[in-house]
Amino acid sequence: MEKILEVKDLVTTFRIAKREYPVLRGISFDIHRRETVCMVGESGCGKSVTALSIMDLLPVNAHVASGSIVLDGQELTTLSHRARNALRGEKAGMIFQEPMTALNPLLTIGYQLTEGLRYHKRLDSKTARELAVQYLKKVGVANPVERLKQFPFQLSGGLRQRIMIALVMSLQPSLIIADEPTTALDVTIQKQVLALLNALKKDMDAGILFITHDLGVVAEIADRVVVLYSGMKVEEGPVEAIIGAPRHPYTQGLLHAVPNVDAEDFVIQAIPGTLPHVTEEIRGCRFHPRCPYATERCRQETPVEIEFVPGHRVACWNVKESAR
Amino acid sequence: MAKYIGKRIALMLMLLIALTFIVFASLYIAPGDPAQMVAGPSATEEDIARIRSVLGLDKPFLVQYGLYLSRLLHFDLGTSYSTHQPIAKEIAIRLPNTLNLAVASILLSIVVGIPAGIVAALRKDRLTDNVLTTASLAGISIPNFWLGTMLIYLFSVKLRWLPSGGMSAPFWTSQGVRQIVLPAVALSTATIASFTRIGRSSMLEVLQSDYIRTAKSKGLSGWIVIMVHALRNVLIPLVTQFGTSFGSLLGGAIITEQVFVVNGIGTYLINAINTRNYPVVQSTVLIIAAMFILINLGVDILYSVIDPRIRYD
Repeated sequence: MEKILEVKDLVTTFRIAKREYPVLRGISFDIHRRETVCMVGESGCGKSVTALSIMDLLPVNAHVASGSIVLDGQELTTLSHRARNALRGEKAGMIFQEPMTALNPLLTIGYQLTEGLRYHKRLDSKTARELAVQYLKKVGVANPVERLKQFPFQLSGGLRQRIMIALVMSLQPSLIIADEPTTALDVTIQKQVLALLNALKKDMDAGILFITHDLGVVAEIADRVVVLYSGMKVEEGPVEAIIGAPRHPYTQGLLHAVPNVDAEDFVIQAIPGTLPHVTEEIRGCRFHPRCPYATERCRQETPVEIEFVPGHRVACWNVKESAR
Repeated sequence: MAKYIGKRIALMLMLLIALTFIVFASLYIAPGDPAQMVAGPSATEEDIARIRSVLGLDKPFLVQYGLYLSRLLHFDLGTSYSTHQPIAKEIAIRLPNTLNLAVASILLSIVVGIPAGIVAALRKDRLTDNVLTTASLAGISIPNFWLGTMLIYLFSVKLRWLPSGGMSAPFWTSQGVRQIVLPAVALSTATIASFTRIGRSSMLEVLQSDYIRTAKSKGLSGWIVIMVHALRNVLIPLVTQFGTSFGSLLGGAIITEQVFVVNGIGTYLINAINTRNYPVVQSTVLIIAAMFILINLGVDILYSVIDPRIRYD
């Protein structure tokens, strides 16, 4: 399969009180065409920052300090902001978490759906509208022609998210980044939107980077999973392996924290402690203060990632020892 | 949208009626006998009684109010105590000068203040932003009568570039433009400054919003993101400010007219207050308040044009 996205040793830093702090500490992963990669981890682990680094939409006090991002064979980190702006939408599109606020309240759905088409594909407004209607039909929006005249406040959250999906798809990007697209929706709508994304995956040529903290969603949509912890990739592998046989203590902890309502003794096993703050320097493995298996080595040295079965990588000293 | 505007107009009419009542009642309870004032100091008791019945002053309060309203509908604002001329005519001569000044000032505020605010926001924390923010703080703090005096001193007395006052020439002539520059600058400085500050904070807020990020994620040019996606949203708080600013411009005009010797309703009002010319004071207040109400109707309509959420309410 063709590689759409290749992220290598990505370091993104934030300037806080005149000092630079790394929020991403050297992250590498790939996405292939027609593949959905889920990125999971707690809030603040760097999932969204990864997405925004790829999109070049980081806040003003943040920047990519080192590493490389290759999208469709093109190195992005050396390009100017202007050049990267030109690639946005057309090469890489993004679906955001908050459908209630992600659309401009003062512009019609029709305008917002067609402007990208008119801008990037140089379509006249009639053709653009026809295409927009087609895509609205694809994402299951009823009465698409009427919808074009409406404003976002007249539509429900689920409908707005469908419109966001149509908007991103209509530009036919090679990479679609979905940053918790279902988190803000209620559960039934969440199901519908996931089912829609799963259905759309089949007739899209794009690779999808799907960011979530919901492991139920991961099981439903992912081909592969990347687990982040405090700006580091701790584990990566096919979804069956990550859900079925996670190797990193953090991934295991995440899975244990999923409530099992069928079980007799319904207890959520939380991972003790909290995610370290970005400004906090930790010697050795950044997870060791919360890890039940931490050894002296974990406290001293940063773990090196190993691929202990093809496609399944993990960065943990203990795994290395047990696997070999 | 028609329903919304209809509602606003109905509300405005009610406000106007309430306004006339307040103005009339305050005239009614003001000290001094209007008949006596009209008749003059040498009039006999009989003359005064005759004038009183001619003016309807012997009728009950509500009947008098009714008569006042019907006179208002015929643009009859009464007679000035001092000149014995119809007040409506006197105001009609002076109002264009005041409007001229107010409109020039509000245009200046929009043309200078809003772009300055946007530029400051886009250049946040850089030199341009610091200069504009400091200047706007100074602009809000400087009293307009002091600024007016300083402008006259610098541009009329020292440099002799512009006339020190008056508003004799129509505004479309070059002399008219020269005459309006200094008073308009003096009057609008505070409004420019407040538009700059509100424009800046509004823009900064809008730039942080999710829909701007969405617009950027589409790869649109920076210009389109600002002009199409941000600007309209930025204007919403500015439109609110516009209504209030126009009120303070009218208030400011009263003082600015004094400084620049402009024969407007501000000067008219001040003179009337000094000579206890009650009908003139009250009619002028009525006109100023009615203008304020009309402007706010305009603001409400403008809102519905900008924001569909109001339009479809």
